Amino acid sequence: MEKYDAIIIGAGMSGMAAAIRLAMFDKKVIVLERHYELGGLNSFYKRGKRNLDVGLHALTNFAPKKTPGKPLTKLLKQLRLPYETFKINEQKGSQIVFPDHTLNFNNEIEFFISEIEKEFPDQVEGFRQLLHKIENYNETALDNEYLPAKEVVRHFITNESLLEMIFCPLLIYGSAWENDMDFSQFVIMFKSIFLEGFCRSEGGVRTIISSLKERMDAVGAELQMKTGVKEIISKDNHVVGVLTEKDEEIHAPLILSCTGFPETLKLTGLEEKLPRTGAMSFTETILFLKEKPVDLGQDSSIIFYNNRPHYQYQKSESYYDHESAVLCFSNNFNTDDYDEGIARVTFIANYDQWKKLERKEYVAKKKDVLQDSIAILKNHLPKWDGQFEFKDVFSPTTITRYTSRFGGAVYGSPDKTRDGRTPIDGLVIMGTDQGFLGIIGSILSGISMANYHGLQS
Amino acid sequence: MDTAEVRQKVLDIIADVALDDDLSDLDDSVALREQLDLDSMDFLDIVMELKKRHKIEVPQEDYPQLASMQSCVDYLTPKFNQ
Ligand SMILES: Cc1cc2nc3c(=O)[nH]c(=O)nc-3n(C[C@H](O)[C@H](O)[C@H](O)COP(=O)(O)OP(=O)(O)OC[C@H]3O[C@@H](n4cnc5c(N)ncnc54)[C@H](O)[C@@H]3O)c2cc1C
Repeated sequence: MEKYDAIIIGAGMSGMAAAIRLAMFDKKVIVLERHYELGGLNSFYKRGKRNLDVGLHALTNFAPKKTPGKPLTKLLKQLRLPYETFKINEQKGSQIVFPDHTLNFNNEIEFFISEIEKEFPDQVEGFRQLLHKIENYNETALDNEYLPAKEVVRHFITNESLLEMIFCPLLIYGSAWENDMDFSQFVIMFKSIFLEGFCRSEGGVRTIISSLKERMDAVGAELQMKTGVKEIISKDNHVVGVLTEKDEEIHAPLILSCTGFPETLKLTGLEEKLPRTGAMSFTETILFLKEKPVDLGQDSSIIFYNNRPHYQYQKSESYYDHESAVLCFSNNFNTDDYDEGIARVTFIANYDQWKKLERKEYVAKKKDVLQDSIAILKNHLPKWDGQFEFKDVFSPTTITRYTSRFGGAVYGSPDKTRDGRTPIDGLVIMGTDQGFLGIIGSILSGISMANYHGLQS
Repeated sequence: MDTAEVRQKVLDIIADVALDDDLSDLDDSVALREQLDLDSMDFLDIVMELKKRHKIEVPQEDYPQLASMQSCVDYLTPKFNQ
C-alpha cells in the first residue's frame, strides 16, 4: 500500500494549489480526481471544434504587476508563478441593470462612485463611509463571527434600490446564502469585484489550469485522474487514508478535500448532522455568434440584469428564473482572443426540479432556457438578429454530474468551516466550503490551508 | 563559507520567493520588507527554503534576525559553517 504525507481529494483550483504548495516543500503528495479533466467547477470542454469554459466569466481581483499584498499577486508569489503566467487582461467595463437604474463600473472605484452620484446623489457620503469600513476590515481572519451583511450595510446605504444593486453582483458571484451573505464574505467579494475588479486570462480557464498543472509536475505532485474517493478511513477520530473507487487504499496522516463540506463528511461515513446542501445552482447558456458583441452594439464585459422591483437571489421556484440573469461577453476584455463573438447567459435555477426531469423533458427544458437566454440577449445586443453559429446549455444536474457537488450547489454549503477543520483530525476542507470561492479565492484557500495544516505544524 | 557566499545563497532564495521583484539595488542595511513585496507568508517561505536547500533550521523566535540582508548574513553565516 502507498503511503503519502498528504492526500488531496479533488483537482479543483484549491486542490491543485494545495498540491503545489505541499510538494514544493518536499511533501509526498497525491491528488485524486474523479473526473477526466482538471479544474472542477471551472473546468473546460470541447464541443465540435470549439473550446468552451465551464465557468469562466471573469477572474476577480485584478491587480497590476507588482501591486503588493493583493490576492492575485500573493497567490502567484506563493505558487512561484511569474505575473505574466495567467495572461491577464482587464475588463472593458460592466453594468448593473435594474428596472429604474443602471450603474456602470470598471476597475476604478472612483468611476463607480461617480455613477452612484448620478443615480443616487444622497447616498454618496454613506457609500464613502462604507468603503472606509471595508478597506479597514480584516475579512480573512479565521475567527471572524458570522454577521448578516445587509444589516451592516444598511447603516451606510439607506436607499434599498442602491443596496440591492450593490449586493447583486456580489451575491451571484459568490454567496451560498440566499438573499444575503456573511459580512466577511461581503467584504471579500466587494474588494474582489468593485475595488480590484474583473479581468480575464487570454485562452480562458485553460491558461490557468495548464499553468497549475505544469507547476504540479515541476514540483513533483502526483496526480491520478478518473480516481474517485469512495471512503475516507479514520481511526480514533484521526484520518488514516482513503479507499478509492478502484478499491485501492492509500494512506496519509493529512487529507485536504475540495469536494465540499457535506460531500467530504459523507465520505467519512457520517450520515447525520451533515452540513446543509447549498440551494444556489444555475443554468448556463453559451452562444457563439458570427459577429462580435461590439459590432452588435454591446461593449460591456458583464451585465448583472434584474427585472424585478426587488432583486431575488434565491433558489428559483420553477426550473429557472429569467427575471434576472448575468450576461457575459468574453470578447469585451482588453485582448479579444476569440475568432467568433461569445455570449453567456446565467440564470438562477432549481436543482430539485431539474433532477426530476425525464430525458425528453430535460431536452425540452434546455430549449426553453435557450429561448429565454436569446430573448434577454436581444435586449442587450441591439443589432443582433438572434442567429447563432453554435450553442451549448448546461443545467444544475450537469454541474453535479461533473463535479459531484450535492444539489448542483455552485457556491457550496451555507455552512462553511473557516479554519478548514472538520470533526475528524487531519481532515481539512479547502476551497468553496472553507469560504473562499471563485477561481482566485479557491486558489488562495488551497494555499492557505496547505500552509496552515501541512507546512506550519 | 564566507559572508559573500552566504549573501548569495540568501539572495538566491529571495529571488525565487519574490519572483517579480528587482533585487539589483538591494540595500543590505534596510529591512527587506521595506524594499520588497514580502509578507509574513513569504518570510515563512524563506525559512522553509533554508531548511530545504541548506538543512538550516530557524526557530520562530529568531525570525526577526532575518529582517535585513545584513542581519540575515550575520545570523546565518555561523549556521552555514556548522
Ligand atoms: C457556471 C459557473 C460559472 C462560474 N463563473 C466563475 C467566474 O466567472 N469567475 C470565478 O472566479 N469563478 C467562477 N465560478 C466559480 C468557480 O468555478 C469555483 O468557485 C471554484 O472553481 C471552486 O473551486 P474548488 O477548489 O472549491 O472546488 P471544485 O471546483 O468544486 O473542485 C472539486 C473537485 O473535486 C472532484 N471530486 C468531487 N468528489 C470527488 C471524490 N469523491 N473523489 C475525487 N474527486 C472528487 C470534482 O470532480 C472536482 O474536480 C463559476 C462556476 C460555475 C459552475
